[in-house]
Amino acid sequence: MLSRVADNLYWMSRYLERAEHGARLLAVHLNLVLDQEEETAALRRHRVLSALYAPEDGDGALSDAHMVQMVAFQLENANSIVNCIRAARENARQVREQINLEMWQELNQLYLYLRNINLVGKRDDGDVGFFEEVIERIQLFQGVTDATMNHGQGWQFIQIGRFLERALSTAHLLAIEFDALAQHVGGRTLADEPTYLEWLGLLKACAAFEAYSKVYTFDLQPSHIAEFLLLNEEFPRSVNFSIISVQNALNAVAEATETHKGTRVYRLSGRLRSSLEYADIGEIMSSGFGDYLADVQRQCLAIHDAIYQVYVTYPVEEKLAS
Amino acid sequence: MPHDLVFSSKHYRREMRGVTVPRDVYVALIGTDLIRLPSGEFAVLEDNLRVPSGASYMLGNRRVMKRVFPRLFNAINVRPLDSYGQNLLETLRSLAPQGQSEPNIVLLSPGVFNSAYFEHTFLARQMGIQLVEGRDLVIHDNVVYMRTTSGLQRVDVIYRRIDDDFIDPVVFRKDSVLGVPGIFNAYRSGNVTLANAPGTGVADDKAVYAYVPKIIRYYLDEDPILPNVETFLCEDDAQRDHVLANLDKLVVKAVGESGGYGMLIGPQSTKEQQAEFRDAVLAAPRSYVAQPTIALSTAPCYIDQRFEPRHVDLRPFVMHGANTVVPPGGLTRVALRKGSLVVNSSQGGGSKDTWILAR
Repeated sequence: MLSRVADNLYWMSRYLERAEHGARLLAVHLNLVLDQEEETAALRRHRVLSALYAPEDGDGALSDAHMVQMVAFQLENANSIVNCIRAARENARQVREQINLEMWQELNQLYLYLRNINLVGKRDDGDVGFFEEVIERIQLFQGVTDATMNHGQGWQFIQIGRFLERALSTAHLLAIEFDALAQHVGGRTLADEPTYLEWLGLLKACAAFEAYSKVYTFDLQPSHIAEFLLLNEEFPRSVNFSIISVQNALNAVAEATETHKGTRVYRLSGRLRSSLEYADIGEIMSSGFGDYLADVQRQCLAIHDAIYQVYVTYPVEEKLAS
Repeated sequence: MPHDLVFSSKHYRREMRGVTVPRDVYVALIGTDLIRLPSGEFAVLEDNLRVPSGASYMLGNRRVMKRVFPRLFNAINVRPLDSYGQNLLETLRSLAPQGQSEPNIVLLSPGVFNSAYFEHTFLARQMGIQLVEGRDLVIHDNVVYMRTTSGLQRVDVIYRRIDDDFIDPVVFRKDSVLGVPGIFNAYRSGNVTLANAPGTGVADDKAVYAYVPKIIRYYLDEDPILPNVETFLCEDDAQRDHVLANLDKLVVKAVGESGGYGMLIGPQSTKEQQAEFRDAVLAAPRSYVAQPTIALSTAPCYIDQRFEPRHVDLRPFVMHGANTVVPPGGLTRVALRKGSLVVNSSQGGGSKDTWILAR
């Protein structure tokens, strides 16, 4: 497979994952604020913006409508949902011959849906339906992709993009939420805490509420939430699950391209995977949860760089010699 | 045929002198523009030997028609076009350097900003070959490789959809960023096939076109089956005088242009446009030819909920490698504007499904 194609498919997938994450975070937020004091909601807004790497402008007084505008539609925000979908489509268009018709139609319809909403300007900024629609369409695209595309190298690069982005955004969100919320938790049950809804929101922002309840029952505890979102092996949005998926896809690519598994990218992904596999949440929490999450994100970025060095931007001389 | 006509052609490539090409085939794919004269006879309007386009629209039109009028196809016995991709692939394969049997074939596209990008992706998918851009290819020791996730992979045949000018900045246009530095030397060394060969645009020159019947008679000792349209060469003094005296009746064309650019349609032109072309012809007579304004035949078109006549021409395709294949169909191009004679898609033209019937 052409290196450029791998590059485009990888980024197409990352941008879609990013858009889905942003849409879910917003949908959850707009739902939560209905039950919250304005003061609490205001704090959340800034955390949401920071979780989505949206540039903060102005000072403090931020309405939901303004936030929705920034996260979903603002063109100056490179990570806004509109920009992510546009970038995903542009990446897909550059490798149009690799994308089958069903996939292209889903992605293009999503793009046109967003563009029309944006042009017409008739949107209710408190409307959760819009974000649910975006999530649903992205999931539809992923379903069509899994069901109609060869599970060859191209598909594997799509997996790598999706799960690396997911590991990064989940780790980032965990870091922000725990940093803001964990210090307020005393010895009482969480249900009496003023931050109770926030913890619930964190699970919902990762589409994890029902899955969590099946493992721990509906008994919210910060350490359980951290364990579930970071270390659970079976929940598809946990960091651990994402890294396992990245490594599986990388292994499939190595096989297809006859790449030696001793290459740096495999050492990095293997190391991160086993560190998550054998980690103990108690130890992590006591030695600094924030530091641990920052380190996970650093390792993810290093894996990204290493993938590019082996498969995409390698110097020609290196390959001519071999 | 005067030899200076070849050497002075905009698309003449001196760099091709002494180059031998596989099977001696320079043109793997031709799309010739035909028109139907008032007599009902078909005639050749233009040749396209450089990078003929439009096959994807031919196939796309068929797909739409089959969907909208499924019953017609059963009843009328239209010959299918489904083997187009395979035929083109076999043609390209047969032109591999040194007769290789399993060559790596790619389609070289200028990328998403090219107006024919849709066609490039369509054909690559139809043939199951890689669509590459210049930046995907590297040359080492006069061999072409593409950058893949498994390292560098050799490329043997390139179905190129980039003009000569842009294909190699070392040899042709220095400012081209679409091409591949060094690819022309790889080609000259016989390590890669370019289809169609560089320089084939000489045959698209509208002044050269006028000599094609003579070329056929001289080299093949045969009469052409399809006539040309009468053509006046502005280089010739007597013919130029005739053209200048009849600018309001003739169609004047720049010889090296395509896509409906550089054209004066006399009866539909203003005095200013005629004066402009008079100056241009006098300044560079070699660069212009003129033809009688032929009312291209019409076909009924469904426009604004009713049927109206529109002018059409027909571009059938011919593939030439180890065998010669004429796919049973073609691209019928339609001038969508009422009364217009310009069918080019770059000038707002449309197209129609075209049927060849099985006996």
